[in-house]
Amino acid sequence: MQAPHRLDAIFAALADPTRRAIIARLAAGQASVTELAEPFDMSQPAISKHLKVLERAGLISRGREAQRRPRRLEAKRLAEADKWLERYRRLWEGNYRRLDALLDELKTQEKERKRQ
Amino acid sequence: MKRAALKITTQGDRELVMTREFDAPRKLVYDAHTKPELVKRWLLGPEGWSMPVCEMDVRVGGKYRWVWRNNTDGSEMGMGGTYREVQAPERLVATERFDEAWYPGEALNTLVLVEKTGRTTLTQTMRYESKEARDAVIKSGMEKGVTASYDRLEDLLASSAPSSVARS
Repeated sequence: MQAPHRLDAIFAALADPTRRAIIARLAAGQASVTELAEPFDMSQPAISKHLKVLERAGLISRGREAQRRPRRLEAKRLAEADKWLERYRRLWEGNYRRLDALLDELKTQEKERKRQ
Repeated sequence: MKRAALKITTQGDRELVMTREFDAPRKLVYDAHTKPELVKRWLLGPEGWSMPVCEMDVRVGGKYRWVWRNNTDGSEMGMGGTYREVQAPERLVATERFDEAWYPGEALNTLVLVEKTGRTTLTQTMRYESKEARDAVIKSGMEKGVTASYDRLEDLLASSAPSSVARS
């Protein structure tokens, strides 16, 4: 898959709150389907469906242990999605930090005007 | 005071949403978005850029024009659009189109300011004409090799994951 399409799949996969929670859980270490299903009030087939979407996006993979087949996070893929966010965020963080400073200045000016 | 965190998320197929809190009443935040002499003091983009053109006719149907210049090599980047909704001091909607199109069509930017006990929450929603356009914006960020750190990844997850998991 080409990068933009792959990124599409990643963002589609991350658009769902349950799947984001699964990713957050796997960030703490690998887990079996049963373990993943536990905190959710969902059936195992429903969880499996979410896992399939995450797998197709390349965000998670399966371990080899025959019985448990634990899922684990493919952090490299997630980092790809994070890259663009980071550049965008850095740009806007810079802008908004300058805006913070400007707003402080405007607040001080208003106070002084009121005092006069 | 803890520094306010900027949140950026995707919403649906066509939107990007940014949220940030400011320690100021929304009247001032609104002024900083609508008065050219104030806008050009903060909306500068990356380090080393200035904003030589900042023209804004803030009324419905009025136009705005912004140009940034790279102070090192003199290259310029311009964009502009038309105001669609102007409701001081809470809401501003404008179209956006870059001179050198790096995504297809126009975007529609909606700024919403909500004030609570002297602090203002800013929500900026950028709605693109198509999913392809939104993803082109996303992709543009991929071309620069920025090293991702796990801390940020955690931030990203913490900002988007629900605190408790609900039945879906």
